[in-house]
Amino acid sequence: MYELLKDLDKRWIFLLMFLSVTIPIYIIAKTGKSFPEVPTVLSEAVFQSIENLNEGDPVLLSFDFDPASEGELGPMATAFVRHCAEKKVKMYFMALWPVGPQMIDDAIARVIDTDFSHLVYGQDYVNLGFKPGNEGVIKVIVTDMRELYTTDDIGTSIDEIPMMAHIDNVQDFDLVINVSAGYAGTKEWVQYASTPYPEKIKIVAGCTGVQAPLLYPYIPNQLPGLLGAIKGAAEYEKLVIDKYGGLNPDPKYLEAKRRMGPQLVAHLLIIILIILANYIYFIERRREMSS
Amino acid sequence: MKRETLISISLLLIATLYLIGRVFFSEHGMGKAYVRTVEVKSSKLNSALTWTKHVNTTQRNYHDAVAKNPTQTEYKFSWSRTIGIWVAAFFTLFILSFLYKDNPLYKIAESVVVGVSAAYWMVVAFWTTIVPNLLGKLSPEWIKSWAMPGLNTEAELIYLVPLIMGIMLIWRLAPNGSWISRWPLAFIIGTTAGIRLIGFLHADFLGQIRNTIISLVVSSPDTGFDFWDSLKNIVIVIGVLATLVYFFFSIEHKGYVGKIAKLGIWFLMITFGAAFGYTVMGRIALLAIRIEFLLNDWLWLIDPSYSRVLM
Repeated sequence: MYELLKDLDKRWIFLLMFLSVTIPIYIIAKTGKSFPEVPTVLSEAVFQSIENLNEGDPVLLSFDFDPASEGELGPMATAFVRHCAEKKVKMYFMALWPVGPQMIDDAIARVIDTDFSHLVYGQDYVNLGFKPGNEGVIKVIVTDMRELYTTDDIGTSIDEIPMMAHIDNVQDFDLVINVSAGYAGTKEWVQYASTPYPEKIKIVAGCTGVQAPLLYPYIPNQLPGLLGAIKGAAEYEKLVIDKYGGLNPDPKYLEAKRRMGPQLVAHLLIIILIILANYIYFIERRREMSS
Repeated sequence: MKRETLISISLLLIATLYLIGRVFFSEHGMGKAYVRTVEVKSSKLNSALTWTKHVNTTQRNYHDAVAKNPTQTEYKFSWSRTIGIWVAAFFTLFILSFLYKDNPLYKIAESVVVGVSAAYWMVVAFWTTIVPNLLGKLSPEWIKSWAMPGLNTEAELIYLVPLIMGIMLIWRLAPNGSWISRWPLAFIIGTTAGIRLIGFLHADFLGQIRNTIISLVVSSPDTGFDFWDSLKNIVIVIGVLATLVYFFFSIEHKGYVGKIAKLGIWFLMITFGAAFGYTVMGRIALLAIRIEFLLNDWLWLIDPSYSRVLM
């Protein structure tokens, strides 16, 4: 056993990882079953923040991610849009990442165009598009939206968009929802929006796994709720589905829950590999000491 | 021929034959994309302007629409998006092939990603920065006439300053006087440092001190003493103090200070472990979405969202 593991080609580990992800995906897709999720306090906080909104309240959704993180963040973006649409709040989409508008279009096509087609662009939701400048954009729009946003994503003047009539800056929104894959993202929203204006700007976020440990220190004062990686997305999906999903929820609203299957198997594999690697390390050290 | 090469070629041959079989000889093929034509109304007040766009739809919707009305034109097969799926699938495989070993296919995919990203950034920077933020501010009427019909702002001559600084920045490409680019660069570094310093001081330094001033004994009139919240707060305070002591190098880490610093190391290690765990979760999610794309969108082997007929 020791001799086999000591010189094991790393490509066997890659193959094992590939199978540990592929087989659960295949089985879950074929059977339609997924693992149960128990929402944590942070997911509940995110859900409750949106749940507390009233019909017609303005909500800013900043989709600061790109296709590289779509696997992690796409499901929570879908769930956020669905939850907002169910609550009948006014959705203002924007992006601090250049490919963000495509992510917004994707979420709109998946949720609004198919299941909430009665919502009217310009009256119920608007896509303000991407603005370059990272935290500089946030710093400007917290006091003056029109300084940077003169048109929406397709070039219509925002003065001609009905739902923009009462929006002067980010402080006019009842909630900011940020889906973040890195810089610029949730950290910058906390630094330049919710921290300087704690009474007026409230932010909840969904982020990648890499970012989550860096954002926990902001909880709960500067960031009331956070969905960490695909696990957070799965918990939030469950909360939204439990409340609005009905008896036979659309599978597109269960993406994160489905992806928790491969997570479980792959994590078990990694735990086993860590134990085996430590076993080899201790055997080698003992042999060196005895020799 | 080496045994390894022989096995690789055989596997590639089998995969190619399998793909040919599925594309040409299976009932519904694979890797096909469909679109729906949607009419879009202008968001302008009292505007009758409309246009059409093509949005992704499923093979099931297309199948149902054709079954209902064979001459319908709302749903149709999309060649461009089908090619997109196939290109994405092959490039995913090319990149994953690096796990086996470095090879020309991986190099091709890598080069294409670098080239496309650079070109995309240049185009995005032009249309989102140069046009609206510089030219649109200096000459709004001109930009309105050909690029941004919705632009309704007055000319702001203050934007001549960034124009001049931009030219000075590009001056570094000139054979003489490249030092001129240092002035705008100094401005950029100074303003960026200032903006970020304020953000970190306010949100991280002061904010984190405030977040650590918490009650060590948590109780409420309704439920009384809350053991778990109290324990959580005590761990937070001890963790912050112990970690700060570890980074305090003005006193030698001996005796009590050494023991507290060692506790700080433990807290740091647990934090790094949690970060590693989260990173693993993120990376597995990314692998899962690629595999799901290959099995679902490309090979049509699975159909988790019931988007196809007879699957």
